[in-house]
Amino acid sequence: MNGVHDVGGMQCFGAVRPEPDEPVFHAEWEGRVLALTLATGALGAWNIDQSRSARESLPPAVYLSSSYYRIWFEALEGLLGRSGLLDGGFAARARTWPEMKSALDASNSFARETDSPPQFAVGDRVRARMIHPAGHTRLPRFVRGQVGTIVLVHGSQVFPDRDAVPIGEPADQTPEWIYAVEFSGTDLWGPDSDPTVTVCVDAWEPYLEAAS
Amino acid sequence: MADDHDHDHSGGSELSEMDARVRALETLLTERGLVDPAALDGIVETYEHEIGPHRGAQVVARAWTDPDFREWLVRDATTAVASMGYGGRAGEHLIALANTPEVHNMVVCTLCSCYPWPVLGLPPVWYKTPAYRAKAVRDPRGVLADFGVTLPDSTRIRVWDSTSEQRYLVVPMRPDDTEGWDAERLATLVTRDSMIGTGLASAPSQETVS
Repeated sequence: MNGVHDVGGMQCFGAVRPEPDEPVFHAEWEGRVLALTLATGALGAWNIDQSRSARESLPPAVYLSSSYYRIWFEALEGLLGRSGLLDGGFAARARTWPEMKSALDASNSFARETDSPPQFAVGDRVRARMIHPAGHTRLPRFVRGQVGTIVLVHGSQVFPDRDAVPIGEPADQTPEWIYAVEFSGTDLWGPDSDPTVTVCVDAWEPYLEAAS
Repeated sequence: MADDHDHDHSGGSELSEMDARVRALETLLTERGLVDPAALDGIVETYEHEIGPHRGAQVVARAWTDPDFREWLVRDATTAVASMGYGGRAGEHLIALANTPEVHNMVVCTLCSCYPWPVLGLPPVWYKTPAYRAKAVRDPRGVLADFGVTLPDSTRIRVWDSTSEQRYLVVPMRPDDTEGWDAERLATLVTRDSMIGTGLASAPSQETVS
């Protein structure tokens, strides 16, 4: 979905303002929202791609006018409502701190074995497909239709576009090959942009097609 | 309100509203047996005090002093970093990007906030703002200027948009005039921003005395 979260290249947000000696959390509730999100996420009623999709699907005005952890909170309320956790439709038990600690320390790899060989290799020229998926996607708008070069082959991993099914439906974690694709800044932003800039985007194979 | 003096978050009406809403949700979820407040305390404590950019600084300083480790880090950062005891959530697939005089790397997540938690902790607010996410991919030199950093025109800038579960750690260049320094001392020069690519490692004159 072409959401308001996909802001790469927009020019209306002004300068970046670093904050000296920034605290990890700016209010106690921010830490609780992080903790509630991780603790309820561990119950298995939704996956990380569904969680991201929930945040990105908030109404645009809410998204842009909310602080980061407020976005998390608004999305969490939606996830809880749809998950069945609150009405008993999805049975779960609170994770203890030792269980939660183990989960945070664990390496839950997103890699999945596949029998299909990668379609592309380092150095290949590829075009980011001109697509506008109706559901969740991780292909930023600013590279769609642009030609770049494969610079890394990351492996085969869960494909977010299929993983972010509606809450309650079984997720499809059939993997796809994923690559880092490097685009020239002047291709993306025009001849007046900085010629010394390139931008690398991680892209799953279904986002790409061969280019010459 | 007198009560405000007891809290460090008495900023304004929105914070108060959020405080109330979050407390209400935590209470509901606790009563339903879906979260354990002790686990919530543990999570906050972990990300507030245990996991942070001091870990990434140790990794970078070791790469500066140990050529074999540097080679390993650039080839397979997940395994190299795990050998120092760091890994887990949001660091399942780490990639180290070494800066050189020719190429400067900068990391952003234009779609949200992807960031290598096990080595840098939680991202700062500016990293998550539309301002940074919008500008980094189009005008990284402008972003560097916002941070007070200027690079030579001859340096190429490679911006990495973290759109997947790959998480990128920049290995900044080792500052001049640090010959003979050990890794522990060098780590004091490795700033968080230098590991995102919006800054450089500190000069020895800016050494943090701990």
